[in-house]
Amino acid sequence: MKKLALLLAASALASAFATSAWSKTLVYCSEASPEGFDPAIYTAGTSFDASSRTVYNRLVEFKHGSTETEPGLAESYTISPDGTVYTFKLRKGVKFQKTDFFTPTRDLTADDVIFSFERQLKADNPWNKYVAGASYEYADGMGFPKLIKSIEKVDDLTVKFTLNKPEAPFLADLAMDFASIVSKEYADKLAADNNMVQMNQKPLGTGPFTFVGYQQDAVIRYQANPDYWGPKQKIDDLVFAITPDASVRAQKLKAGECHIASYPNAADVAGLKADANLKVDEKPGLNIAYLAYNTMQAPFDKPDVRRALNMAINKKAIVEAVFQGAGQVAKNPIPPTMWSYNDKVEDDKYDPAAAKAALEKAGVKDLSMKIWAMPVSRPYMLNARRAAELMQADFAKVGVKVEIVTYEWAEYLKLSKAKDRDGAAMLGWTGDNGDPDNFLDTLLGCDAVGGNNRAQWCNKDFDALVKKAKVTSDQAERAKLYEEAQVVFKKEAPWATLDHSLEIMPMSKKVSNYYMDPVGVHRFNDVDIAE
Amino acid sequence: MLRFILGRIAILIPTFVGVALIAFSFIRLLPGDPVMLMSGERVMSEEKHAQIMHDLGYDKPIALQFVDYLDKIVHGDLGRSVVTKKPVLDDFRALFPATLELSICAIILAVLLGIPAGVIAAVKRGSWLDQTLMGAALVGYSMPIFWWGLLLIIFFSGYLGWTPVSGRISLMYFFKPVTGFMLIDSLLSGQKGAFSSALSHLILPTIVLATIPLAVIARQTRSAMLEVLGEDYVRTARSKGLSPFRVVGFHALRNALIPVVTTIGLQVGVLLAGAILTETIFSWPGIGKWMVDAVFKRDYPVVQGGLLLIAAIIMIVNLIVDVTYGFINPRIRK
Repeated sequence: MKKLALLLAASALASAFATSAWSKTLVYCSEASPEGFDPAIYTAGTSFDASSRTVYNRLVEFKHGSTETEPGLAESYTISPDGTVYTFKLRKGVKFQKTDFFTPTRDLTADDVIFSFERQLKADNPWNKYVAGASYEYADGMGFPKLIKSIEKVDDLTVKFTLNKPEAPFLADLAMDFASIVSKEYADKLAADNNMVQMNQKPLGTGPFTFVGYQQDAVIRYQANPDYWGPKQKIDDLVFAITPDASVRAQKLKAGECHIASYPNAADVAGLKADANLKVDEKPGLNIAYLAYNTMQAPFDKPDVRRALNMAINKKAIVEAVFQGAGQVAKNPIPPTMWSYNDKVEDDKYDPAAAKAALEKAGVKDLSMKIWAMPVSRPYMLNARRAAELMQADFAKVGVKVEIVTYEWAEYLKLSKAKDRDGAAMLGWTGDNGDPDNFLDTLLGCDAVGGNNRAQWCNKDFDALVKKAKVTSDQAERAKLYEEAQVVFKKEAPWATLDHSLEIMPMSKKVSNYYMDPVGVHRFNDVDIAE
Repeated sequence: MLRFILGRIAILIPTFVGVALIAFSFIRLLPGDPVMLMSGERVMSEEKHAQIMHDLGYDKPIALQFVDYLDKIVHGDLGRSVVTKKPVLDDFRALFPATLELSICAIILAVLLGIPAGVIAAVKRGSWLDQTLMGAALVGYSMPIFWWGLLLIIFFSGYLGWTPVSGRISLMYFFKPVTGFMLIDSLLSGQKGAFSSALSHLILPTIVLATIPLAVIARQTRSAMLEVLGEDYVRTARSKGLSPFRVVGFHALRNALIPVVTTIGLQVGVLLAGAILTETIFSWPGIGKWMVDAVFKRDYPVVQGGLLLIAAIIMIVNLIVDVTYGFINPRIRK
């Protein structure tokens, strides 16, 4: 026992030493290990946090805590009147990071920009398949291979993108993680050394933090980049302590082992708020959870039936049960924080009696249906099974029998796309670039039927509005088109819109200047900690 | 003796191929594939999906994939992770020492506490001490590891502040791993306080991982001791006037230990299973969590390679045990 006490005393001493001898270090308890450090080949926010938001920059950036874009590596840009030519003027003297694995000899040029995109877009680029099975999900998802006609170097600091057609969300797309600018000089060196895979293991960019090392599944270390072109960082070191269990992250935060922790359990939030040393920031997430009817199948092909069913769902009860307050009822297919959100749209009132009458009027009797519940917890829907059970009870009240079905996640994603899917499927979406197009056309457009459009809903009026908005460059005009599209959506009711979750970020009171990002990534540039 | 050893090794070869086949088919029996899971909610076109599956070689007939796989294993290539794109063997080498270090500490703790507890319970059979010890063992055996780990963290790290919450060492220490064993590497680093930090990080995960083996060992020791204590030679030893300590400690325990040692050997599997949860709770970067993540992401090469390496280690340990038995007891050799 004495020995144990001695050991504990020694460990207490060690941790006291830890706090006193340490440089100004911010410790972030992250939720999982990054898949890798090349943001072009991944889609998970965890991988972006560890690479694109720390080590890299893009031509344009999202303003901290917002989805508005601002100049990044490009100090200015011009767009041709027809909206098809974007010319970017790069900042002069932007340095790539000096690390123990590579010392750059030149500053950022148009060559780096061209390389960063061409490796993703051209199948014959030697870097396109630098790791087996590399796929550029986001570049493809944003339609870049078909959209971009050419990328040309005008001079060392000027680069010109020519598009095949006007595309209003293009600038927002360029602020996304996959569009991070990598060093061509570093890539050439890796190719010459026959060590291309290192691009995904030891990232090197122009961003606020320099990658120092990654100990698998445990720790990622960064140092403030002394040559950063932007403001000098207020912290010296940044450490990601990978902590997969949410309750343990909460305990680490309380014990002072980390300053910020991601994704707390809903049940832990009250305890974290009560802790005198902590504060809890909240922000509406850029997401939606929905129940998509299969509009190709009777009786769900009738808007009257879908609206009647929507009236039977007590969404408030679902939000309470699943999020314990950390969410809000959704009425539109885009979140309220997004520009063009149409607040004038009235939600279907929860009214079981009216729902029953509407179903009878539509000639629907003794309806039996399936509700698909996701087997996994997602930020927009923490417990799909629970939500499905509540809807089952709600539908029973209006005489509709519900069978809840679920599949293993990969199978769920695959089967729920099918045009002949039997039943209404729950799913959701988190915005990628803050543009309404990324919700409305991606999830509900006619060309997404059989894919992302889980309602298999193709409405000519809606589709015409969102397609027009996509090629319109004036944002006010686009907003009007999207507002109108939301009215059509509500009338047609291809989904029951369920909820938008709140994003919650607990942190030490010592932390200042941390802004929660609507697109769900975590950025630590300009963050400070009181000593 | 040589023939005996060669015979044992000969059995290993078909076993190894069998394990390779099971590892290969197990992950493919699960629905879904790694490419689909990586794209998540974002739908990937059928053509693109087929293209990537082709790039990875997963469009070939299964039998051909298996032959390719065996061929690569023979050449020491376990492939690259579909997710991290790193060689499976590199990841295993980096992560396995963490699991091994934790498992060794856990088994030492389980043996050091389990055997004396079992002996005391047997000697004091039916007393309150026996009932308390065996009651505690039963509770330990039935305890859900996840809950137990969190409870210890909340009490010792949260409430008392005695132990760190999770991780292998304080984040202030930063050195390149030499052996992968944090206790050894921290000593080699020469950094002040590193060793005690590593040791303090081991306390809670060791307790959690040791709990089930400890309970099993204590109960097994008790029942083996009870059997032996009723034997004639123990009565003879007592009647010779030997001290109770000598009777129990030398005459009885030595014979009771044979089934206990077998039980300890069987705990290796329990430790690896327990490591999955323990590593998740304590953010311990070992192979348990690595394998589980790989199963969820259908990372075929990692699951296949990981299972194969774990099985190979267990087979080699078994071989060593068999050969040792052969040396100790010549009857086994025949």
